[in-house]
Amino acid sequence: MPTITYAGTAVTVNEEGFFDDPGQWRAEMAPLIARQEGIDELSERHWQVIKFMRHAYEEKGTGPTVRVLGKTSGVSVKELYQLFPKGPAKVAAKIAGIPKPRGCI
Amino acid sequence: MANRLRGLLGRDAADIVVIDPDDKHVYQPGLLFVPFGMARPAALARPRSRQFRPGVTFRQAAVDHVDLERDEVRLADGTPVGYDILVIATGARLVPGETEGLTGPGWMEKVFTFYAREGAAALERALSRFDGGRLAVAVMDMPIKCPVAPLEFCFLADWYFRKRGIRDKVELTYVTPLDGAFTKPAASRELGGLLKDKDVRLVTEFNTGEVDGAGGRLISYDGREIAFDLAVVIPLHEGQEYVNRSPGLGDELGFVPTDQRTLQAKAKPNVFVIGDATDLPASKAGSVAHFEGAVVARNITRYLAGEPLDAVFDGHANCFVETGFGKALLIDFNYDTEPLTGRFPGRLGLPLLRQSRLNHLGKLAFGWLYWHVLLPGREIPAVHSQMPAAGKHMPAAGSRSRSGKGR
Repeated sequence: MPTITYAGTAVTVNEEGFFDDPGQWRAEMAPLIARQEGIDELSERHWQVIKFMRHAYEEKGTGPTVRVLGKTSGVSVKELYQLFPKGPAKVAAKIAGIPKPRGCI
Repeated sequence: MANRLRGLLGRDAADIVVIDPDDKHVYQPGLLFVPFGMARPAALARPRSRQFRPGVTFRQAAVDHVDLERDEVRLADGTPVGYDILVIATGARLVPGETEGLTGPGWMEKVFTFYAREGAAALERALSRFDGGRLAVAVMDMPIKCPVAPLEFCFLADWYFRKRGIRDKVELTYVTPLDGAFTKPAASRELGGLLKDKDVRLVTEFNTGEVDGAGGRLISYDGREIAFDLAVVIPLHEGQEYVNRSPGLGDELGFVPTDQRTLQAKAKPNVFVIGDATDLPASKAGSVAHFEGAVVARNITRYLAGEPLDAVFDGHANCFVETGFGKALLIDFNYDTEPLTGRFPGRLGLPLLRQSRLNHLGKLAFGWLYWHVLLPGREIPAVHSQMPAAGKHMPAAGSRSRSGKGR
């Protein structure tokens, strides 16, 4: 698996850039990953979603989908798309250092 | 499930009570054929009360909630029904109202769903009047029941319009929130290729935020638009409302968190879950419910005997995918193995991931099997709960799909 260095630490990621081990993530890495995803600055609302993603992952072992995020994170789906235009669940998961949300089969 | 358990447990070992709000059991795989005049809606439903073996009690009643503390199902009229073991098999429901505009102007006029009998019947009339234009088939979001059905709809629509001699006047578009035609890579390639062969445009990663029925537009959350003259949508799905009213039972979408291998509810050891009601990372498909049934039945007998549960469910799904022109392909997969080529259930079986007339006949024969073998709780010879590896072209170790892997 490829590795990428964020804030001086090499982390293992999958082919799409999602963290393999969320334990390797540190908060100071988030703005660097965000920039790669075209988000220049992380606002308080971005952080609310990122923290929510990590919390949900710790509890359930998978990141929430956009729909669940919209229902539970306190940020509406519309605003989620404004914050993460390229796809809230995927991009927020990547910035939060958790694996790609499993989605559904 | 009830019939299977009735066969396993002696009459003095257990009373089996089935609670359901209605007395109509619908053969849901048949809904796909209704819009094309290949099945009549009335023929798809039979009285639920007549499907049970002797020794199963049927109570027609709506459920208000489940009280996990008291081991009690509370009916809508307030009557408590106590249980030693509860099996939740209440499926998923359509919530079209959750998508902005979907049930507004144009609903059931220009915008339809074939996921319910009324919608499928209304769509048949609309299709027969449709003489050309833009037809969009759109999945609002996952999870949905039978994730291949909207693709099958596209394949059948291509065949239907060719048969009517107006295919060149119809622009078919398949709209999905996924990043490909299907979730699993090999099947996504094969099914995506079929869409291309049949001249169906594929629009991916389209999360529909609004349906403008009157104006004929699907609008995504990220501001993209797809214009249509006729739209066939798969509405959002949720679990049943009583799940939300039952403290500790369900998740945000009303599905019930369930152990992937034992099928025991995470909320309480004496609750088991089967079918679309679960939160499992498996298809919400009838075949999955059937394969789960064998595991749940065995685990209930083990639980009653005080033995440890079998952690053996592998997420097995098996789906015929109707591709039009009297052909179908078959896919067979589980949590860890994506749909592969080969044959099912063994080397001499039906071809996998490849169109054939035999698979189409299999799909048609399945309707009979459903009522006469599956519902009575019998087994199909040679088809087992666990996914068979024999007959499949397995990739070398290490390159297996990870897409279905859970926690």
